Amino acid sequence: MISTAEQTRLLPEMRFGEELTGAETLLRCLLLEGVEHIFGYPGGAVLPIYDSLYSSKLKHILARHEQGAIHAADGYARATGKTGVVVATSGPGATNLVTGIATAQMDSVPLVCITGNVPQNLIGTDAFQEANITGITMPITKHNYFVRDIRDLPKVIKEAFFIASTGRPGPVLIDIPKDVCNISAPFYPAEEVNIHGYHPTRIPTDEDMEAFVEAIGKATRPVILAGGGILAAGAHEELLQFAEKTRIPVISTFMGLGNFPGTHELALGMPGMHGNFTANQALMNADCVIGLGARFDDRITMGRTKEFAPNATIVHVDIDPAELGKNVETAITVAGDVKSTLTKALPMVKANASEAWIKQLHMWQEQYPYSYKKDGTLKPQEVLEIIYESTNGEAIVTTDVGQHQMWTAQYYKFKNPRSFVSSGGLGTMGFGFPAAIGAQMAFPERTVISVVGDGGFQMTNQELAILAQYKLPVKIVIINNQCLGMVRQWQEIFYDQRYSSIDLTCSPDFVKLAEAYGVRGMRATTSEEARAVWQEALDYNGPVVIDFRVASGENVFPMVAAGSTLDQMMLGDEE
Amino acid sequence: MERHTLAIHVNDQPNVLTRVAILFGQRNFNIDSITVGATEEPGLSRMIITTNGDEKQLDQLIKQVSKLIDVISVDHLSKDPMVAREIALIRVQAAPAVRAEINGIVEPFRASIIDIGPESLIIQVTGDVGKVDALVALLQPYGIQELTRTGTVAMSRCLNTSLIYA
Repeated sequence: MISTAEQTRLLPEMRFGEELTGAETLLRCLLLEGVEHIFGYPGGAVLPIYDSLYSSKLKHILARHEQGAIHAADGYARATGKTGVVVATSGPGATNLVTGIATAQMDSVPLVCITGNVPQNLIGTDAFQEANITGITMPITKHNYFVRDIRDLPKVIKEAFFIASTGRPGPVLIDIPKDVCNISAPFYPAEEVNIHGYHPTRIPTDEDMEAFVEAIGKATRPVILAGGGILAAGAHEELLQFAEKTRIPVISTFMGLGNFPGTHELALGMPGMHGNFTANQALMNADCVIGLGARFDDRITMGRTKEFAPNATIVHVDIDPAELGKNVETAITVAGDVKSTLTKALPMVKANASEAWIKQLHMWQEQYPYSYKKDGTLKPQEVLEIIYESTNGEAIVTTDVGQHQMWTAQYYKFKNPRSFVSSGGLGTMGFGFPAAIGAQMAFPERTVISVVGDGGFQMTNQELAILAQYKLPVKIVIINNQCLGMVRQWQEIFYDQRYSSIDLTCSPDFVKLAEAYGVRGMRATTSEEARAVWQEALDYNGPVVIDFRVASGENVFPMVAAGSTLDQMMLGDEE
Repeated sequence: MERHTLAIHVNDQPNVLTRVAILFGQRNFNIDSITVGATEEPGLSRMIITTNGDEKQLDQLIKQVSKLIDVISVDHLSKDPMVAREIALIRVQAAPAVRAEINGIVEPFRASIIDIGPESLIIQVTGDVGKVDALVALLQPYGIQELTRTGTVAMSRCLNTSLIYA
């Protein structure tokens, strides 16, 4: 949302009532929303849009697959907090966005997805490249639109950006048939948004606040479970002040990593299936769990919602009222924006956590840190340690999905918000690398590292072309164990070591693959090489792919098996 | 599993029925019946959905439906006194010899015979689900050839129901 003054600055030459085509109207409206970058891929039904882009000041980034485009827009949105924009053509172009839309929906990422469609006189005739994308995406968007009339376009676009970015953010799709793009009409920007039935701003009431503060005040072993909602609300400063004033330790969920400084004395790190011993024990032993913009999902409760935090009064603040009481029995619920809740709570609270509790947690932390066995081979965890130490927790790190994702979450202690970008809810392989492109596009000066596996990287590695084309200095770290590591781990533990379809030894030579795209390729097979090669990659002012050949049988620990409770942790072979 | 009747106030937009129906499927809720029609306010439609589930499921359902952008409000009608009606059309096998007998069943139900053919009748009945079920059961022995029901329309008896705004 930008002000009228800002709009005027953006469009000094804008004349009201000017005759514009639908495509021109669309681009004009995107500029009015403050959009600078759009990710996309042209095709028949969006030819009018691409024709208008030819002379637009919007920067379009051409992906090599629509999935790459939408994940890049998603990475852009997660790293900046702004709404990401992606454009694709009708039919296959639109359906190729589906995984990316579902990814954004699950992780509450604001996206506006624009698809072309066949002209309205062909809708419903099984025309060439026709797909009912509004129907297909209904369950995976926050809302979607099919635009029938050019005069609706400014309103629809304004609403789409408003819906995507307010309340609990999410993806909104706008499907525009080609005839609407081609036809002309006088352009008038939309008035202020007023959507009957959509009231996203939720400020907690005084009664809510009193109940919230009272529950916390009574606790002697409280713990905060801080999720992605802290980042969405931009409430990391408030969280820090709140935790320091109350002396309540903070667990950051996977989606919340970066919402609290990872090295803070009150930081307990990540809980759940591959969370650390202390965070899980804290949840199981706490007398009060304060969920702040976290949704108590099954990778934290392990589906055993009755046995989750059995001794705790659960307090839950969320902007989405449907999350309150959805997964766990909750004593105190606050349907509200977490930033305003913490701001209101701050003057009402005092230090209350018992120092004995904090001491106990610190003792566990010391006793049971993340650990792995060093045996002379290059271990994946060691690669992540090297990356963390060399960048001091300040890089933007994107990951794909699998073991490397968990190791990144464990070993990289994020200092800043919006610096960890990963598909948590949907668990989308192929997400990590294109997401890094979006993040780097938004922050050309920052170090952007994409940690991927040898499996997931091959799902979207065609986007290496973007790195070369736009000279984006993304550092791609392949944790290459020559197999689908997380699947292997489950097959080892739960399927009697019957390793089924996990062998990736016939993958390409990633160094040569990088070079084929005009990107620098490097390789490390030992600890010494890993350190040297990584330093060289960091110092190199350009995109680089580093193939870290790591030990292939390594598992992610701790691990809580699905169906167990958080205190039944497998600690692994390092013990 | 309790039976519930919800009134969902929606923008009269294309696809709004699909949005609500998809959401029910997506969140694993059952729809027993659904009716949609115009309301006293132009541009708004009201859906009456009958569903079943326990209290927690219903709470979750109402909250999820409320999140749909085109949903204005969700009213849990069956929480308070309400009136609910549906219409059923029943084609019953009826040779001339049994027509008087069937008429004897129809009358106490205040149902009516709206079409007579050589070997069958169409009976129209209005009432709550239980009444329609009862008539259908009584007509079963004669041979029901075709049955069509509108689904429930409902309204609260007084206006102080719990409106939950989306």
